[in-house]
Amino acid sequence: MIAALIVMAGLALFIGAVLGYASLRFKVEGDPLVEKIDAILPQTQCGQCGFPGCKPYATAIANGEAEINQCPPGGDDGIHKLADLLGREYKPLNADNGVEKPRAVAFIAEDLCIGCTLCLQACPVDAIAGAAKQMHTILAPLCTGCELCIAPCPVDCIAMHPIEETVDTWKWRYPTFTLKPVERQAA
Amino acid sequence: MKNHPIRGGVHPRYWKELASGQPIAAFPLPARLSLPLQQHVGAAAIPLVEPGQRVRKGERIALAPGAMSAPLHAPTSGVVHAIEEITAAHASGLPQLAIVIDSDGLDEWAELPAPLADPFAAPPEEIVRRVAEAGIVGQGGAVFPTAVKLGMGKQYRLDTLLLNGAECEPYITSDDRVMREHAAEVIDGARIMAHALGVAKIIIAIKKNKPEAIAIMREAARAFAGIEVVGVKIQYPIGYAQYLTQAVTGRETPAGRRNAEVGVVVQNVATALAVQRAVRHGVPLISRVVTVTGTAVSRAGNFEVPIGTPVAELIAHCGGYRARPRFLVNGGPMMGFQLPDENVPVVKGCVGIVALAEEETARQPEQACIRCGTCMDVCPIGLPPVEMAQLIRKDRLDDAARLGVGDCIACGSCAWACPSHIPLVQYFNHANGALWTADRQQRKNERLRQLAEARSARLEAARQERLAAQAARKARAAAPRQEISE
Repeated sequence: MIAALIVMAGLALFIGAVLGYASLRFKVEGDPLVEKIDAILPQTQCGQCGFPGCKPYATAIANGEAEINQCPPGGDDGIHKLADLLGREYKPLNADNGVEKPRAVAFIAEDLCIGCTLCLQACPVDAIAGAAKQMHTILAPLCTGCELCIAPCPVDCIAMHPIEETVDTWKWRYPTFTLKPVERQAA
Repeated sequence: MKNHPIRGGVHPRYWKELASGQPIAAFPLPARLSLPLQQHVGAAAIPLVEPGQRVRKGERIALAPGAMSAPLHAPTSGVVHAIEEITAAHASGLPQLAIVIDSDGLDEWAELPAPLADPFAAPPEEIVRRVAEAGIVGQGGAVFPTAVKLGMGKQYRLDTLLLNGAECEPYITSDDRVMREHAAEVIDGARIMAHALGVAKIIIAIKKNKPEAIAIMREAARAFAGIEVVGVKIQYPIGYAQYLTQAVTGRETPAGRRNAEVGVVVQNVATALAVQRAVRHGVPLISRVVTVTGTAVSRAGNFEVPIGTPVAELIAHCGGYRARPRFLVNGGPMMGFQLPDENVPVVKGCVGIVALAEEETARQPEQACIRCGTCMDVCPIGLPPVEMAQLIRKDRLDDAARLGVGDCIACGSCAWACPSHIPLVQYFNHANGALWTADRQQRKNERLRQLAEARSARLEAARQERLAAQAARKARAAAPRQEISE
């Protein structure tokens, strides 16, 4: 009896010590939930959700301060993924935040650009190259399509161009077959 | 030499008899040639010519921006008409930039690089450089830059050059004809490539349904030590590089790895011919042997076609159509793709043009899966097509990826064998494309996340600096007053 108690207590102490050590040794830095939510968000950094970027929105969702349906670029797909991750009910996109649009990149009409640098300051990912009184240009591969540069431009020289499919980005479609109407035979 | 056992495979009807008896004929010079800037794996070539400029045959008209690319050369002399978008010789049929040349009919050669008198005395780097300059890419249809493959001797421990003369696609006979008519050049090209790779052993693998080619290549190889001509099993897709390697050497390439990791580099026989011409004669890749066949074509044949020739001219040269083709296929019917229209050009990777008549195609409505397991038996990779297709239909692409859809070589054996006519390989092509797009987006997002974080860190640092400066100013403003008060 006593022996058994000693063994059990000893085991409990030992395991407790191991767990205690492991919790210190393998401590998770940062909040994994925020990281997971951030991974689902489209990284447009557009602020349409009402937060100044994707990470702040992810933090707000994790803290229960924001709904999951405030991200228009993420779209329906994104909301479904967030609902799955967080075990919350799916909600359609909140129209107050905007509407889902096809992905686009900004384009500066370079002959109109006056080099004011206002768009440079607005760009959330530093995807515009330029300097004061020098022509600016968009680094298209990095542009998130957030449209934040459009409003500050005093000469309205920035337009959004939808991303078009090229031979490089084209991929096979889901296999569907078009039905051909039967050719009418002469009676 | 006996073949090693391999997994799966199917036995379609080969239809090689349509064109295999036709010798390679010269093709009349077309009036206009279109050379897409992207005919290879890697970065698109950069044009070196302007519209209106005169070019001569063999002149470089576009350069390779990096090692993983290939330059372009003018297939004949003439004037650059334009650099414009044409319909791509690609399943998508989307526009693609191309250099369009109007032929002047003179076929006047440019000055070519001096031929290498003795390639076997030259350092391997010199061979690789010449192959890269000649714009040679895998002629079997994979269009991987050959120079990159020839440089693999530095990264991997190689022992064998496997020359692929299997040509396992039905209908196509271009490699067969190349081996029968250019055996000596092919062997010479193979020896040059083996020298570049630093390997002593060359195995030439030819499918047993080409007995003439096997006999001719054996005869041509007899003079050289270390070259072995092996007949391989009549089975599709035996010509797939990794599969062929396993059948011939018994070495299986691990999933997602290169063939070179098991010590074998595979090159097509037509690539060997192109290498021989580039090294021995300085001739860049400006033409290739193309099979024009299918029961819808009046006269099937094999032609040495200048790159950039419109497919419509090939068909016209073969006497047009005998019957209305249901599909016009670039490459073989198993792994080729349906051409968007007849005006697309012949590109470096075009092994053949197959015009399939109605009766050759058997498209039947898809039926329910009866779980017979045939697709699993025939898959050469050993994947479970039935399971993967079910997951893809439910849009569970990540689960399909876990089952190995990424290892699918798109050979089409599963779809060919399926008794319920389920478009299995089409599902996998779709899934792999969608997974690729998602992966690319994920990478971009990762980069954007870093950029956004860097920006907020920078703004925060600037704010702190401003606050510190403000505090310092306040402190300075406060200090003199103290002095006065004292």
